Amino acid sequence: MSRAPALMVSGTARYGAAVVFGPLDLRAGAGEWTCLLGPSGVGKTTLLRLIAGVDDFTDFRGEIRASDDLPLQGRLALMAQSDLLMPWLDVMGNVVLGARLRGERADLDRAAEVLDRVGLTAHRGKTPDRLSGGQRQRVALARTLMEDRPVVLLDEPFSALDARTRAQIQDLTAELLAGRTVLMVTHDPAEAARLGQAILILSESGLSEVAPPAGPAPRPVDDPETLRAQGELFNRLRGAA
Amino acid sequence: MTRGATLTASAALGLLLWQGLVWLTGVPPFILPGPVRVADELWQSRALIAEHAGITVAEVLIGLVLGALLGGLTAVALATSRPARDLVRPMLVFSQAIPVFALAPILTLWLGYGLGSKIAMALLIIYFPVTSSFFDALMRTPQAWLDLAKVMGASRRRIMWRIRVPSALPGFASGMRLAAVYAPIGAIIGEWVGASKGLGYLMLLANGRAKTDLMFAALIVLAVFTLALHAGVDRACRRWLDGRVVREAR
Repeated sequence: MSRAPALMVSGTARYGAAVVFGPLDLRAGAGEWTCLLGPSGVGKTTLLRLIAGVDDFTDFRGEIRASDDLPLQGRLALMAQSDLLMPWLDVMGNVVLGARLRGERADLDRAAEVLDRVGLTAHRGKTPDRLSGGQRQRVALARTLMEDRPVVLLDEPFSALDARTRAQIQDLTAELLAGRTVLMVTHDPAEAARLGQAILILSESGLSEVAPPAGPAPRPVDDPETLRAQGELFNRLRGAA
Repeated sequence: MTRGATLTASAALGLLLWQGLVWLTGVPPFILPGPVRVADELWQSRALIAEHAGITVAEVLIGLVLGALLGGLTAVALATSRPARDLVRPMLVFSQAIPVFALAPILTLWLGYGLGSKIAMALLIIYFPVTSSFFDALMRTPQAWLDLAKVMGASRRRIMWRIRVPSALPGFASGMRLAAVYAPIGAIIGEWVGASKGLGYLMLLANGRAKTDLMFAALIVLAVFTLALHAGVDRACRRWLDGRVVREAR
């Protein structure tokens, strides 16, 4: 992986005559985990899709760039709320999907290593329908790691998981994505308070920054400072909605 | 009752009703022969029926394979290119407004009395259902999968062959299940219009000579073949299309 650049977005997005978001000026620090928090419908996912270069319908005027001024294309990975596993591929096949799609040789040894890191070695030959929700999201994480991109976009990747599994996968993801520039969209204040090294709130009135709790992320779920920050974020969100 | 027992009971009931109808009405055998008489005829003329059935089976199977290939390729081509969609789809729909039956004489004129015109009929009748169900499935690939592939740097061609086609195979399978039932209809129409061999020809011939028992025997063979074909195609679809798994793990 090359050195992770900071990610900068400035501009306004419109869909037809309606403004989706903006004007805003967003910066996700190099090698940092930035949480973008906000109520539904303020354009968080649209923002992420614009950065990923997969939104062909929204009219975006502005600039999306990396701090090193190299193109973002090919340096991004995406993890969504749904695990997006291909049901006809086994776990290993899903992990090496990127290489197959680019027509490259799949590095099965590295894939085996990555699967080991997410704790799925025993499941590598299974199809997704035989895995639990948490295991499936681990496969998605392994697929993301396999891509080895400096910038990672996360779109509520843990929201469909039960509380215990969510905390486990949050810890694992934070550990394994350390050093990359991560921009995570979430509507969960608890998640932002646990994982954010920077926390941004997007509302109809624009973008505002909130100081994250002290201590390195991922913070313990019962850390008083984190819980207090979670409460504060919740109140800010209620104000924003 | 097990499935097998239910089916046997159902068949027995059908035969009983049939024989009952013959006894009650007292119609002569050249109008409606009873099942026993038809079974006897089936046995007596087994060599003749088998010879003609072989021809029909060949027409249907070749038509099915060609129709699957042609329909599959058309669907992929339409899903790949928007201009192709805009130009070809109206033609496809228009072609469905023409009754295939009406085309049979002209196909016989063009392709002759042999296998060719019957294969063409079978192919024509299954082409649309195969193309249409596969194409619809190809156009329904979840957008999020396509986005993921794009972020991963996949070309359009690889997205087609590694994501859209595999995810649409169950749709192709639905088309093939319909095709298995339609293809024999196509071949039989072709044989009615002009042939010197095949079950359709034999039925027409038997009918014209008031050999109604032979007509029924051929009809039953045709129905059994169609059922077997459908069951076989269904099985193959389950195994290779619906539940297809590509394994990477060693």
